[in-house]
Amino acid sequence: MAVKNIVESVRDTLGEEMARDERVIVIGEDVGVKGGVFKATAGLVERFGEERVIDAPLAESSIIGVAIGAALNGLRPVAEIQFADFIYPAMDQIVSEAARLRYRSNGAFGCPIVIRVPFGGGVHGALYHSQCVEALFFHVPGLKIAVPSTPADTKGLLATAIRDEDPVLFFEHKKLYRRVRGEVPDGEHTLPFGQAEVRRPGDDLTIITYGAMVHVALEAAEQLARESVAAEVIDLRTLVPLDKQTVADSVMRTSRAIVLYEDNRTGGVGAEIAAILAEEFFEHLDAPIVRVAAPDVPAIPYSTPLEEAFLPNVAGVVAAARRLVAY
Amino acid sequence: MVTEIKMPQLGESVTEGTIARWLKAPGDRVKRDEPLVEIVTDKVNAEIPSTVAGVLSEIHTPEGTTVAVGHTIALVETESPVAAAAPHSAPAGDGHPPIDRAEHARRGPRPEAEHDEGEGPSEAAPDALAKRSSPLVRRLAKDHRVDLSQVEGTGLGGRVTKEDILAYVARRDAAHIPDQAITVPSAEMAAAAAPEVPSRLESAAPPVAEPPAAIAPDGVEPGAVPAAGVRPEPGDRVEPVSAVRRTIAQRMVRSHQTIPDAWLMVEADVTGLVRRREGAKEEFRRREGIDLTYLPFIAKAVVESLKDNPIVNSTWAEDRIMMKGQVNLGIAVALDDGLVVPVVHRADERSIAGLARAIADLATRARAGKLSPDDVQGGTFTLNNSGAFGSMASHPIINHPQAAILNMETITRRPVVVGGPDGDAIAVRSMMNLCMAFDHRVMDGAQAGRFIQAVRQRLERIRPDTPIY
Repeated sequence: MAVKNIVESVRDTLGEEMARDERVIVIGEDVGVKGGVFKATAGLVERFGEERVIDAPLAESSIIGVAIGAALNGLRPVAEIQFADFIYPAMDQIVSEAARLRYRSNGAFGCPIVIRVPFGGGVHGALYHSQCVEALFFHVPGLKIAVPSTPADTKGLLATAIRDEDPVLFFEHKKLYRRVRGEVPDGEHTLPFGQAEVRRPGDDLTIITYGAMVHVALEAAEQLARESVAAEVIDLRTLVPLDKQTVADSVMRTSRAIVLYEDNRTGGVGAEIAAILAEEFFEHLDAPIVRVAAPDVPAIPYSTPLEEAFLPNVAGVVAAARRLVAY
Repeated sequence: MVTEIKMPQLGESVTEGTIARWLKAPGDRVKRDEPLVEIVTDKVNAEIPSTVAGVLSEIHTPEGTTVAVGHTIALVETESPVAAAAPHSAPAGDGHPPIDRAEHARRGPRPEAEHDEGEGPSEAAPDALAKRSSPLVRRLAKDHRVDLSQVEGTGLGGRVTKEDILAYVARRDAAHIPDQAITVPSAEMAAAAAPEVPSRLESAAPPVAEPPAAIAPDGVEPGAVPAAGVRPEPGDRVEPVSAVRRTIAQRMVRSHQTIPDAWLMVEADVTGLVRRREGAKEEFRRREGIDLTYLPFIAKAVVESLKDNPIVNSTWAEDRIMMKGQVNLGIAVALDDGLVVPVVHRADERSIAGLARAIADLATRARAGKLSPDDVQGGTFTLNNSGAFGSMASHPIINHPQAAILNMETITRRPVVVGGPDGDAIAVRSMMNLCMAFDHRVMDGAQAGRFIQAVRQRLERIRPDTPIY
């Protein structure tokens, strides 16, 4: 096992998958010669050539459209949207074409594409380089969504995504890219979708989260432990499919739930999780489900204090947990 | 000021009630404790007194409607709190509405004991129920049959939390106190309880409102859990389980699952009893207006034998056995749609005639659906006339948390060997079997046998001149 950060894990996994299966190609803005703005595709063009590592024009709709066409012709494209904030021009291709192909063809065609999407705030990216967009796709049937929070999960989930017969949105949190390091299994390593991970066990309340917020939750849990509150932290790892069982098992034990997500509060992924808990596990709840999320403000501010105020943080989670435990 | 009248909880595990009849119409004045409404539950019917004095301003729940316990069924406009509570104080218009004082007058000085005679709507219950409970706590309360008003809450605003209720259940189970009573026993009951028993145990201990002890064929267990894989065949008729049936089922299962019972049967020669009754029944009917059946004779023999064998008149409480100070005899009464066990309180203080009257009264009211909560609470032993169905022998299920139950079987005339001055002979005698089931944790066959032999001997000693009064 080697210790890597997340961006290294992405790069190595892409290399391994391309070496394993010659149908795997990479397409996106600056993914070739530049090696990607985050260096997530560095070295791939030298190793696999321009035919398999394609620098695309600044046209997201075209990137995804080309990927869909290539997939229908037998390839396994991994498309990169440079920043999640730029994904909207590709919305029609993703939502109306990729997501619906399986259904539209009565199961005859899948659309085996992976769309890698660096996302999230906390990197001084301001309005156009900080957005969380997963809820928009979470709403659309036909798309799978993975959001790794560790280098090992990044490898396992990306390999599974590339081998999947249907479209997968693969969200990589920019703030975690070089901040989180960890051991990554060598060689073949895939993780099945729909299996959440309990990152920290606890009996007093459950924090359900994903992506960068996993690390916020763990820090909050550490702080709560000093107050003798045992918070369980669940990393969903994939939003679609959603591992309801792990969430349910935990909440049935703790009877209290915080849903933590970096996206705007209204209509976020956490709102759906809260709804599931209320609908299916009502009689196991001893307190209201609490959402800790970003405010419904149009964009992340650039200014450091404002950005910090915007993003859900450890203090906010701890405060919510205290309220819940005292309820 | 307006006071909400709420559907009271009329017995443990009762979750709803039906308005049978409003005794007051909107606009009527009502005194405190004056009957306001008649309520029917699956267990008892009761007249509910008003908790306050005032004018009935609104009826929210019409007759025939069923609502959950705690639901507001009417509003009573109470007299000006000043006038009601302290007529000569707090002049009106002083700019300080005497709200606090009124509240104090209404709640503060009102001693709990004054209202804990077992009637439904003591103000404590609705107040407590009005507190918000989480879905989990409500489910736990239902599953563990806990009256939430009895649980001290440590949550926000005194809310009962999951931890509170689980701790409560753990303590209760450790003491093996039967399901939560919603009513606190009367003062005399509490006084009669053994002094060394902790007070909390006392207050929950009297088995309240536990109707059915019954003959159920051995091995047939009306499950509270739906049988998996049971599907109706074409032509089957499927009926939903009534509330009474469900209650009976739950109690049977609980008794069967928690009490390791054993049973035994003795044969009693009741020829003397038959003759005594034959000789007395005409005059008894004339004098009392009711039939003299065999039941009060058996009941008399049972209560006297219970006095001599207090271990049979007891309750298992895990780390202790509570021998009851009173003999409160439950009498199983079959209804069209179920079974109820009204209780002859202090049965040991009654003569045969007194028992006959008490039993006839309870049976009549049971069949008319007119039993009060008190009528079905506090039983310490149950007597069941299975002979009424022609049964010769049966294995009764103990009326949890009592320690034993007795079935009297049908009386038949049979040839039996009797000893006489000239040696053995065969004679025609009236014979009856007595079948007893007992909690083997509480007693063993020897004690149970001593008790049932005592009953048999008392019955066999009945002569034509045995006093009935």
